[in-house]
Amino acid sequence: MTTTPIRDGRPGLAGVPLSLTPLNRKDFTSDQEVRWCPGCGDYAVLAAFQGLMPQLGIRRENTVIVSGIGCASRFPYYVDSYGMHSIHGRAPAIATGVATARPDLAVWVITGDGDALSIGGNHLIHALRRNVNVTILLFNNRIYGLTKGQYSPTSELGKVTKSTPSGSVDFPFNPISLALGAEASFVARTIDSDRAHLTEVLTAAVAHRGAALVEIYQNCPIFNDDAFIELKSPKAPGVIRLVHGQPVTFGTDGSQSVVRRPDGSLEVVDTTAADPAQVVVHDAHAADPTAAFALTRLTDTGVLQQAPIGIFRQVERASFDDQIRDQVHMPEPADRMTALQGLLNGSDTWAVN
Amino acid sequence: MADLPRGAVILADTADFTTRNLSKVGYSDNPLTDGTLDGYEVHAFDLTGLAVAAVTPFGLGRKDAARTKNMFALGLLTWLYSRPEQGTLDFLARKFAGQPDIRDANVAAFKAGYAFGETTEVFTARYQIAPAPMPSGTYRQITGNTALAYGLMAAAAKAGLQLFLGAYPITPASDVLHLLSRTKDHGVITFQAEDEIAAVGAALGASYAGALGVTSTSGPGMALKMETISLAVMLELPLVVCDIQRAGPATGMPTKTEQADLYQAIFGRHGVAPLPVIAAQSPGDCFDTAVEAVRIALTYRTPVILLSDGYLGNGAEPWQVPNVADLPAIDPAFTSEPPAEGEFLPYSRDEKLARPLAVPGTPGLEHRIGGIEKAAGTGNVSYDPDNHEHMVRLRQAKVDGIADGLPPLVVDDPSGKATVLVIGWGSTYGPISAAARRVRLSGRSVATLHLRHLSPLPNDLGDILRAYDRVIVPEMNLGQLAMILRARYLVDCESYSRVRGLPISLSELAEDLLAIIDGKTGIDRKDNR
Repeated sequence: MTTTPIRDGRPGLAGVPLSLTPLNRKDFTSDQEVRWCPGCGDYAVLAAFQGLMPQLGIRRENTVIVSGIGCASRFPYYVDSYGMHSIHGRAPAIATGVATARPDLAVWVITGDGDALSIGGNHLIHALRRNVNVTILLFNNRIYGLTKGQYSPTSELGKVTKSTPSGSVDFPFNPISLALGAEASFVARTIDSDRAHLTEVLTAAVAHRGAALVEIYQNCPIFNDDAFIELKSPKAPGVIRLVHGQPVTFGTDGSQSVVRRPDGSLEVVDTTAADPAQVVVHDAHAADPTAAFALTRLTDTGVLQQAPIGIFRQVERASFDDQIRDQVHMPEPADRMTALQGLLNGSDTWAVN
Repeated sequence: MADLPRGAVILADTADFTTRNLSKVGYSDNPLTDGTLDGYEVHAFDLTGLAVAAVTPFGLGRKDAARTKNMFALGLLTWLYSRPEQGTLDFLARKFAGQPDIRDANVAAFKAGYAFGETTEVFTARYQIAPAPMPSGTYRQITGNTALAYGLMAAAAKAGLQLFLGAYPITPASDVLHLLSRTKDHGVITFQAEDEIAAVGAALGASYAGALGVTSTSGPGMALKMETISLAVMLELPLVVCDIQRAGPATGMPTKTEQADLYQAIFGRHGVAPLPVIAAQSPGDCFDTAVEAVRIALTYRTPVILLSDGYLGNGAEPWQVPNVADLPAIDPAFTSEPPAEGEFLPYSRDEKLARPLAVPGTPGLEHRIGGIEKAAGTGNVSYDPDNHEHMVRLRQAKVDGIADGLPPLVVDDPSGKATVLVIGWGSTYGPISAAARRVRLSGRSVATLHLRHLSPLPNDLGDILRAYDRVIVPEMNLGQLAMILRARYLVDCESYSRVRGLPISLSELAEDLLAIIDGKTGIDRKDNR
């Protein structure tokens, strides 16, 4: 297996050439008018992305953004790099081809809850288990926005929408639980309203070699406004910040602690009543995803009052595309023709004169 | 029996003509003795018994001993057709190197069969097969799927591109995936995807990234890939889609051949989504067809559908090995520099209406592409009605224009007097050309024409069709090409259709052509829509 040289601590970008000149936000801003609804959370993610990209130091032309279909998937049009607005649900598949063919590209996938978890669910889980070197931003607004307001696979039970006037009876996915179940090597969650946290998580995600899934809680002010209102403020009591190596506490002044029961499951208790030895210390690098999975279950399945954010899991595992390239050897052009001729001839020929 | 002309030689193993076996297949009397086979030259003998007797010294079990009857029969045929024995003996020595008793028994059975022909005086004729007239060169045996894989590799090499195959296992196309997965030392990347959609998606992504993206599948997989193929039409990216057709619909008969995906290939997309469709006519021809598919895909920046089928894919024939150096170069002509003035226009056009391709990593040419209708020139999102109509017509005109670059069609009519034209596509080439030879041997004339390019159709096809009194279109479907030709040229092309999961019988086709040429209708219209 190839050992990937770590560039600035960012193995995810190893092989991507560095820019010879410093770039700035404007270099990553296209001439297209941004057409999301006023107040859409997508603006914040785009701004964080355009702020982050120049800091990575890589060449602009070596950035490729592949998106599916949905409001968020308009994203590539607004970034002045290479990009493809593709088909509903298929961005991870297309990005797999891009990333496998070209180790010198930084490949991003932009997707949403309907795109990634409903029509494209199969491609998402397989990209994660393969560990293709792509960074996947899953904009989760818990609704279908582009098609004007149907419930999505992350909408809570009972959700009243145009397609569920009597309330949804469709049990939702927890995208983080799903990603861990799919053997993802990097799984994180952040929120559009916390720019600093968003940038921090995206920075870690792009630095990861292999598939990085970032679920972004993203407000849709038109069809699902305030879905994340209880988590909007960075200091909100329902925000459980996961920091590697730190005890998992949250609430006003850390009033709540996450402790592990004897059976291994987690529960939230008053910090004053908690045995400090029982308080969970977050280990994002644990090889076994069980503890990370348990943390994902602290997320409300219904209307959100409480959810962990941060990096749930970040482990090293050889990426699919690196391993493919290790197996494949492209001969020099002249040797390629000679080898091809040998293959065509095969081992059993005869001459006709 | 339908495949056997009257007067043919039948070798029958009487060991199998038991009362029980006969009743199983619905015979009350033994056809060897009840006159059913009058008119054929029947040689009935206990072939199994002879083989078993020949291998007695090797002490095989009853079952293994009986299995050597195939080698006995092969020995007999080797004598009957005056073929050399050594090739078979060498094969047996190799095949059963680890099982000397099985090897020796098979050799003994083979030799016994040969001796049986030589010493038994019942065979009045022995046949000598003259070498087929073939161009001089180096030959090998090749299957269609192998030739297809090699053609893709050769074209990628001539274009200087990495070959990327995205595929999902499916009969009868899986061999293309298997073969290319063994060519990693040639720089070939294969990707076994989670489904047919991901397979074509990854191939399209690889093409976008500057590789040669290819996907291989069969009918059900084609249906799943179609949305991505539409995207490739819209993006105008090179992509080769190989459909090794099988009998459908649904699961159909996966191991049986058919050519009923022509409509799907030409018309199977939403919106106005034209793309070139080409077909291979023989196993070896899969190589040339693959090279042609790659040439069109790269030259015109378009997905190309290549039609093969189970009969071609698994079938083998002697194939003249091409010299790689003699294959024409293919220029992907990627744009690498910004224009001298003005901005880069990814949806501008060259004289062939092809657009410039700038692959990611090219500085100064950053741009976005997508499935939404794009403004001519810039490629930016556009809902302008006039622009949409312009782009729809432009994409069609680009594909139609491929016909301008095709060589003239060659009609095969040795006498030059034919009034009946038989036109086909794909794997019917074998039965059609053999049936035509048989017709010509009878002193009659018939013209044949086989199409490689099915969309767009060649420019000279209409005039050719109009030059004949009758045009017969044999197909392993219910008349798909026939309908297209009638719609396109207003010529009364007559469909000759057989959909039995088998190649069209050349004997049957020859007889029917004789009837047609002699003025009897020969085609039951009810069965040939």
